[in-house]
Amino acid sequence: MMRFSTLIKHPADWMTGGQGDHGAVLTSRIRLARNLRSHPFPGWAKREQRAAALELMRPAVEALPAMKGAFSQELGDLSPVQKQVLVERHLISREHAARGDGSAAVIERRQTFSLMLNEEDHLRMQAIRPGLQLSAAFAALSALDSELEHSLEFAFDPTLGYLTTCPTNLGTGLRASAMLHLPGLVLSDQIGQVLQAVSKIGLAVRGLYGEGTESLGNLYQISNQSTLGESEETIIRRLERVISQVASHEHNAREKLLEDDPEMVSDKIGRAYGVLRHAHIIDSKESLTHLSLLRLGGILGFFPPETVMLCDTLLMDIQPAHLQLHSDRKLEPEERDAIRAEIVRSRLHSLDSPDTRFTSGTNKPLPNSHNTGDA
Amino acid sequence: MKCDFCDKKATVFLTQLVEGQMKKVCLCDPCAKERGVTDPTGFSMADLLLGGVSAGAGSPASGQKTATGSGGGRKCASCGFTLDDLRRVRRFGCGDCYATFSEEVGQMVRGLHKGASHVGKVPAGLMEMQVLHQRIEELRARLDQAIASESYEEAAGIRDEIRTLEVSNKS
Repeated sequence: MMRFSTLIKHPADWMTGGQGDHGAVLTSRIRLARNLRSHPFPGWAKREQRAAALELMRPAVEALPAMKGAFSQELGDLSPVQKQVLVERHLISREHAARGDGSAAVIERRQTFSLMLNEEDHLRMQAIRPGLQLSAAFAALSALDSELEHSLEFAFDPTLGYLTTCPTNLGTGLRASAMLHLPGLVLSDQIGQVLQAVSKIGLAVRGLYGEGTESLGNLYQISNQSTLGESEETIIRRLERVISQVASHEHNAREKLLEDDPEMVSDKIGRAYGVLRHAHIIDSKESLTHLSLLRLGGILGFFPPETVMLCDTLLMDIQPAHLQLHSDRKLEPEERDAIRAEIVRSRLHSLDSPDTRFTSGTNKPLPNSHNTGDA
Repeated sequence: MKCDFCDKKATVFLTQLVEGQMKKVCLCDPCAKERGVTDPTGFSMADLLLGGVSAGAGSPASGQKTATGSGGGRKCASCGFTLDDLRRVRRFGCGDCYATFSEEVGQMVRGLHKGASHVGKVPAGLMEMQVLHQRIEELRARLDQAIASESYEEAAGIRDEIRTLEVSNKS
């Protein structure tokens, strides 16, 4: 069986993709909720009943071909830092991390599938893919779900669909979501409008970090709310359509910013670069803010394209539990900020200053464009 | 006043109206933060009382109140979950609870989702049952129409067809 250190050593497959859709969509995620027939739901089950359900599910899950050699642990056997690292990687939920014996996490080697056993529902299964790939992620997870049906009997009702602990998940038990990086819409003050439009059609939007419309790192998550009355395909198709639209709004917003106010854009990206390259003490809020701009710089051509991926990996690695794991001991907040700065500096060591040839000193976006007399 | 989750002094007091009943929760600062009580959008009473409490430690029984109101004692035969529990946590105890509390389910589901009946994936072994179920639903709609238009002969035929299907559904 896979050890925790081996699982976490490498960045997940889905952390190093996401180049399509103008780099606006980082990851796509599908979650399916399932419960065992004739077993009380985990929240209501007595300790022995929960253990019995786990004993039934765990071998079935571990026997799936896709989960060969997977990481599989009861939560009581993980340290608080290890649990927190899994939360920061989005492999288990915050609620699941609060659990102990009687609940387990089974995570595929490349971290593309993760299954929570005895979460709010008996089974919460998740597939993650880079970029906008909700359909592909669903197809993969649904195949896994169908395989599990051979060995487990799920609670299902012809009218209500898959039965879940909370009625908000009834029917398909499907939650599809994508994480988006929207600095262009934020800088151009259009984010509020866009988010409002998205929530009007019944989709949920929230900042990944922080509250309200202002999200740290300009990271937002869009997901479905309704799970009953529509097929999985219909739900996913609508989400994909809306997300591509938001991504293209983001693209347009960036282009317009570069055209209208290239100095402001260069200034922000240049400052972010300066701080990240030279800071010795940096908290997560400040790093998220600057990394977001550095990522924007990577997309706009201020930095080489691989900078985008570098930022995505850093976003993960500078979080508190990841830092503690990295240094292998408990860290005081000040120590954390110093180690965070050190990691950021070393990763960005070979990153050259932003290339601002195409923006500096003129409102013309191209460096070789002839001076047409408007100067 | 003590925190409902640990024995520290409570500093956060939360009152929420759930179906006309007032529910109060007292928390200390760390517990309030941990459970996201300070973030009104991310917080719901149900999370706090059932799902959010680490499993075991806060088993639903610990917060149980005595039965109040009419029919509060109705109980799921499979898992012992009561109507009071449902009103308190807005979640269910097991799959069979959905049949036990079907009236309440109807009320809860309304407005929550795009529709009231499942469209989409069906567990492989249950596909036939699902097709049968949909066929019966269709027939019931036709039966209503037939009765409304006073075509009693047709209605009787449909009724018999439904009966036959229902028998095969149970077998």
